[in-house]
Amino acid sequence: MLETVLFFALALLAVTAAIGMIVHRSPVYSVLMLIITLFSIAGFYVLLNAPFVAAVHMIVYAGAIIVLFLFVVMLLDLRHESDRFTLTKFSRVLAFIAFLVFLGEAILLVKVAFIDGGLDIGLGGQVSQLGDTPSIGKLLFTAYLLPFEIASVLLLVAIIGAVILAKQNLKPSQ
Amino acid sequence: MPIEYYLIVAAILFSIGVLGVLTRRNAIIVFLCIELMLNAVNLTLVAFSNHVQNLDGQVFVFFVMIVAAAEVAVGLALIVAIFRQKETVYVDEINLMKW
Repeated sequence: MLETVLFFALALLAVTAAIGMIVHRSPVYSVLMLIITLFSIAGFYVLLNAPFVAAVHMIVYAGAIIVLFLFVVMLLDLRHESDRFTLTKFSRVLAFIAFLVFLGEAILLVKVAFIDGGLDIGLGGQVSQLGDTPSIGKLLFTAYLLPFEIASVLLLVAIIGAVILAKQNLKPSQ
Repeated sequence: MPIEYYLIVAAILFSIGVLGVLTRRNAIIVFLCIELMLNAVNLTLVAFSNHVQNLDGQVFVFFVMIVAAAEVAVGLALIVAIFRQKETVYVDEINLMKW
């Protein structure tokens, strides 16, 4: 019961904030709306027995990525947008078609869930405490050790790339 | 809670992200929408991971987050560099490579 109430509250919050994010004029408010969506998604992770992913999600997104976004938005001193959507009518129509295609997939899922009587992909059902930190850590340092190390190299490359790209002297020589 | 509910929410969030990427002019908002789409996919992965009782999905979410963090760092640096050169972050005004 509590799970159902929590789920629908979080779902409503996530979707509303996401819509607010793409229609709001001010970039700062868009970033703040994304924080609300990310908080709701962290709530979903907790509901799905994945507390470690929820914690990492909050640390990485709210703690690092959103702060970075806010810094850039405030550094760039953007003028207030009068026309915030792309100009050509063609691209607007195309975008709306793409939106409908993806939304159609969601509606197809509704059909599968409520008319065909649920998704059947084997397994599932038994409740266990799978998503705790020790078991993920064990998996990460045994089966996924090489991808883990490659990920660290990727982050190093991203750090160096970001520093070089954002350096002052990239201006063309006048 | 059946898994379909989570998949539906994730699909709706992904659709909103697609709409934002294709319609907004501000490059920073486009980046935000890409983050939203990545998160919708992560939600799907965790939902399936819980459904089939297999941890691999959650490890994959971990790697998606790493790639997202790297992408944001480089992407925002690119936006700052472009803003220095052209004084704009609107994607329809950045047409240096258009011919």
